[in-house]
Amino acid sequence: MVRLTIDGKEVEVPEGTNVIEAARRLGIEVPYYCYHPGLSIAGQCRLCMVELGNNPRPQIACNTQVTEGMVVRTDTSKVLETRQSIMEFHLINHPLDCPVCDQAGECWLQIYYMKHGLYEPRMVDEKVHKPKAVPLGPHVILDAERCILCSRCVRFCDEITGTGELGIFQRGDHSEIGLFPGKELANPYSANVIDICPVGALTDRDFRFAVRVWYLDTARSICPGCSRGCNIEVHYNLRRPHHNQGRRVARLKPRYHAEVNRWWICDAGRYGYKFVDDPSRLVSPSRGRGDAAVEIGWDEIIPVIAGQLRRYRPEEMGVLASPKMANEDLFLLKRLVDHLGLAHVDFSVPPRHPGDEDNLLIRADKNPNTCGAELVGLGPREGVGHGGARGILRAAREGRIKCLWVFHHDLLASAWPEEEIREALRTLECLIFQGSNANRVSAAAHYVLPSATWVEREGTFTNFEGRVQRFWRAVEPLGASLADWEILGRIGAALGLGPQPVRAEECFKALAAAVPAFAGLSYGELRDTGKVVSA
Amino acid sequence: MKLRQRFYLVEVLVGLGVTAAHFFANLGRHTARHVFRSKTARGAVTFQYPEERRPYSPRLRSLHRLVRREDGSPRCVACMMCETVCPAHCIYIVAAEHPNPEIEKVPERFDIDLGKCVFCGYCVEACPEDAIRMDTGILEFSSYSRQGMIYTKEMLLALEPAGPAGTPRSLIPIPADRTLER
Repeated sequence: MVRLTIDGKEVEVPEGTNVIEAARRLGIEVPYYCYHPGLSIAGQCRLCMVELGNNPRPQIACNTQVTEGMVVRTDTSKVLETRQSIMEFHLINHPLDCPVCDQAGECWLQIYYMKHGLYEPRMVDEKVHKPKAVPLGPHVILDAERCILCSRCVRFCDEITGTGELGIFQRGDHSEIGLFPGKELANPYSANVIDICPVGALTDRDFRFAVRVWYLDTARSICPGCSRGCNIEVHYNLRRPHHNQGRRVARLKPRYHAEVNRWWICDAGRYGYKFVDDPSRLVSPSRGRGDAAVEIGWDEIIPVIAGQLRRYRPEEMGVLASPKMANEDLFLLKRLVDHLGLAHVDFSVPPRHPGDEDNLLIRADKNPNTCGAELVGLGPREGVGHGGARGILRAAREGRIKCLWVFHHDLLASAWPEEEIREALRTLECLIFQGSNANRVSAAAHYVLPSATWVEREGTFTNFEGRVQRFWRAVEPLGASLADWEILGRIGAALGLGPQPVRAEECFKALAAAVPAFAGLSYGELRDTGKVVSA
Repeated sequence: MKLRQRFYLVEVLVGLGVTAAHFFANLGRHTARHVFRSKTARGAVTFQYPEERRPYSPRLRSLHRLVRREDGSPRCVACMMCETVCPAHCIYIVAAEHPNPEIEKVPERFDIDLGKCVFCGYCVEACPEDAIRMDTGILEFSSYSRQGMIYTKEMLLALEPAGPAGTPRSLIPIPADRTLER
């Protein structure tokens, strides 16, 4: 540990820390553009100047490691004057097109200009013009005029993804960010450069002109795109419903977690939320197949479902749970399954095309809660001899299973032969589909129970390492849809299971009490960072 | 109330007296002006509104208009400043991409719900492009329905600034729910 003094306050930090991070510990903000804790030090922007000891010239804080007894000043007139000069320098060729810039409102040029701006401009020359609105890849669009050449994006592509698509070309004030010839910014993590760009040079093509950022509200969440469980923020717009074509969720942004995803998320996860406001959402419970489907209320359908579950013998019923469901849902389903004494239960359905995987974040298992489903005990049971989900479908085809309850899965998009599944679905006497979006299974179902998506409810996912992480509600459930645990609780009550949880937190409490792996966990205990289940 | 005021008729006669005094004073002034060619006597006159209007102050905030570029397209860049500042939440803008990267952003839709507007003029002040003004001099807009109070981008773009003394130069826009014959 090293002791140093910043602005007269003493602080003790580990060796190798730089002055920016040491000052942050004291709550002292040193402004910067090019520094990023996840990237190498570039020292490009020169904004983080501080005075060190008796050194007459201010030095950059990002590239200065702390030493014992160091005396740092960040508030002297010399430092403030330096910052002002550097801001002036950064803005010489900046187009000041904030009104049309998507970054406006979350732009560090705006934020630092408010504090360190030179409000009397001295530049009289024509600004240097550079390319505007240039698509760099499927997700990123470049405005070279707005760029301050901090090189964060270049370093990201060199150091994090190792793909090296971007570089700085030309010299002096004609320098600009650009793609190397023949390259395209299309790596699976490309959109992270939008987050790390401190200005409006790199913006999101998907979010372009969708919503001004000050209309957005934020909810903490977990990415449901794969079993990594990246921490994210859901940015949603309820204030201006006519923006973004009425879609409530406007974008997902990564949220720092030291042990899961650090600052990053993959593009598949970032843009994988579109199903939330998709027209294919199921918004009302219904009975009847295909064209004969009639929308009915929850009060009508719950007793009907309970009646169907009572009508068949346990060995005539199958349940296909989904690893996209939260721990709370899975636990209530498990209680129901145990109460009914069902043996034909599984959750895993292999996708037609195996998922891609890399050693940064992306996992081949595209389900957020496979680990949770296993821990809760919804996998195939030993000794029953039905061979998992495929065995259940085979039994349905042969008429041994008459009633099947499918959660979320589009079975016809699985790796199994389509005809086999089609026949199974046709043969079933009673097919119940519970899920958020319509698919070919819901079209074939006798009963459809619409469930809320993960942004419309609270819950927890268990990632592949066994880390239980909470996600919070951002928006209200669409239409009449309900969280899976709520639907299961209502059915449980109708089956005479006694009082059911009324909050997700109660489900989790019951889960922690019943499943040893979750013992001792609670929403309070999980906090923001989650907890790893006991092995 | 005084005793005299309680006798209704007395006060009515006093009031009639005031009216009559003004009537005869004005009659005298008009006679002096028109018959005896007096330069100083000025009698009260009635303005024949709407054919004849009193001059409006140049600061008057009247019906909004969208300022046009030389090619007739809106100057608005859909930055949402007016929509953000509007205390009545009566502006509805939907942005779209402009083929020219120097302009970049244009309003695909720009509706003002005049049924909600409080005529504070903040939208005019907030606009960084001077694309919205409240200088048409038009005050007489009405509708048979709430829907008819919503003025679209095309309607607002067609308006001209008021002439001298605030006389409107554009016709009052006819909302979609109304026809001239009605």
